[in-house]
Amino acid sequence: MSAPILEAIDVAKFLGQGAGRVQALKGVGLTLVGGELALLMGPSGSGKTTLLSILGCMLTPTSGTVLIGGQSTAGATAEDLAKLRREHVGFVFQSYHLFPTLSAVDNVRLALDVRGEDAATSRAKAKEAMAVVGLGHKLRSYPRELSGGEQQRVAIARALVANPSAVLADEPTAALDTDNGQTVMSVLAEIAKSSSRGVLVVAHDPRIIPFAHRIIHIEDGRIVGTEPGGAAKSNAKSNGKNKL
Amino acid sequence: MSLVFKLARRNLFHDRLRFIATIIGVVFSIVLVTVQMGLFLSFDRTVTTMIDHADADLWIVPRGTKCFEDPSLLDERERFRALSVEGVREATPVAIGFAQWRMRTGNTTPVFIVASDVRRNGLHPWNLVAGNLDDLSIPGAVAIDRSYFNRLGSKGLGDTAEIRDQKAEVTAVTSGIRSFTTTPYVFTTLDRGRDYVGMMPSKATYFLVHLTPGANVEVVRRRLNAALTDAEVLTPEEFAGRSRSFWLFGTGAGAALFAGALLGLIVGTVIVAQTLYSSTKDHINEFATLRAIGSSSRYIYKVILFQAVLSAVIGFAIAAGIGWVIVKATADTALPVVMTPMLLVSLFSLTVAMCVLSAITAIVQVMRIDPAMVFTR
Repeated sequence: MSAPILEAIDVAKFLGQGAGRVQALKGVGLTLVGGELALLMGPSGSGKTTLLSILGCMLTPTSGTVLIGGQSTAGATAEDLAKLRREHVGFVFQSYHLFPTLSAVDNVRLALDVRGEDAATSRAKAKEAMAVVGLGHKLRSYPRELSGGEQQRVAIARALVANPSAVLADEPTAALDTDNGQTVMSVLAEIAKSSSRGVLVVAHDPRIIPFAHRIIHIEDGRIVGTEPGGAAKSNAKSNGKNKL
Repeated sequence: MSLVFKLARRNLFHDRLRFIATIIGVVFSIVLVTVQMGLFLSFDRTVTTMIDHADADLWIVPRGTKCFEDPSLLDERERFRALSVEGVREATPVAIGFAQWRMRTGNTTPVFIVASDVRRNGLHPWNLVAGNLDDLSIPGAVAIDRSYFNRLGSKGLGDTAEIRDQKAEVTAVTSGIRSFTTTPYVFTTLDRGRDYVGMMPSKATYFLVHLTPGANVEVVRRRLNAALTDAEVLTPEEFAGRSRSFWLFGTGAGAALFAGALLGLIVGTVIVAQTLYSSTKDHINEFATLRAIGSSSRYIYKVILFQAVLSAVIGFAIAAGIGWVIVKATADTALPVVMTPMLLVSLFSLTVAMCVLSAITAIVQVMRIDPAMVFTR
């Protein structure tokens, strides 16, 4: 594991106004480093999605600091935040959010197109990313022609294609069966192996614990504990065996 | 090619019904504007057609004349005064007026008499397709336009009718000389024309002034204005401008045509705005996803604007086709819809502008997108 990619320092966030105003995050501190797949777990309403939105530069914190690639989001405009997302973050959503009118490869290309990359380069990179997620043979397929697992892998290819330093995944396996869930998590675990990239997964699903290096527990807007995930334990075991 | 265009195209064609509604909106609007503006152009041309085809350096008109069809009269004394002015070579009288054309069947229809001496440079029929100018010298001879054959109950050369109980025989036929009032023009000689409209021989409606070679128009005009008492002296351009202004704006005819065009534009803008708004609303998740993956606002605006421009291009192409059919169908009617390259270019620009304007509501909607909504949908 290496340098911090994402850092939240004492982040608080209020949502809503007037009588409906609630504090979703209460002084959260979290760091995501390169080469790590971290799992953020907590009950509904604990602040997971709000934290993910803030770390993904979709929301700004009410107080506290968020650093992405060492750059603070304080005072950033909506366009500045979009630029930070373009340059540093890849997203994987629970319901994929693929464009139904575009082919799989064009869905992946989109992440490069918004960055202004030329068509030929973006097409080549998109094909490469599709191959990484094991869908090199489904380039021309439309989302409606793909299974849920394949759609999620296309979404991962889209998150990956621009080579972001952070990949943030929101319940990536929630809509998938066990086999597809395992495949998707394997792909995410694989891309977290790069020391220049960290993956943060928000999930309820305990079946993905074996893929995580670290599990961060959040409750009622606070980080209440961190423990090693399955991947860290198996790493430790394999390190131990190696020592023996 | 950037995915902006592909995305816009697919968004537009994705819902066929809505796409058809958008295109119908654009086509309806632009056909309406095309017809209104085409009629306006046609009106603009026919309003001044007599002035444009008259052979005159200056027009002597009764004081306060508003348009060519104004029935006020001048006295021959004014003509003699004009002829005495240095620089004036000739002042040709022209008589105009409404009369009744009685067909052989006994039916009558109003006509507009245009009379001038065929031996002098004056206001003679043009675009002759049968007979010639000299044939108007035959007693009772008149020239009519073939587009009015039905109205006048005539089959062409040799047909006879009565005007003010006097014989009128068609000895020449023109093509394309139409009146915006839809009252047929009947050309004849000066004396006969006076008889047809009941004008005294000492009167005329206009005198067409021809200058001596080398004479300065402005100088002669000043002299004429000083010499004449009950008349004004206008250049052909001034008289055409005055006629145009009277008929197009003084009577409300132009305003009605513009109002029709404006109505078409408003209807088109509302329909396109509505469909673009609804399309954007349907694709709001996709726009939010674009925003979430880091697209700039400009990228999203481009998608919406391209949808608008694409609607404009397709709608305009269909509207132009329909417009072409209308232009062909009305070509030989009393008031044809006119299409010029300039009008075509203007209509295309107008279509694009209308569709882009329509995209504003959709853009305003997209500006409010919270990218974080992708986590909750």
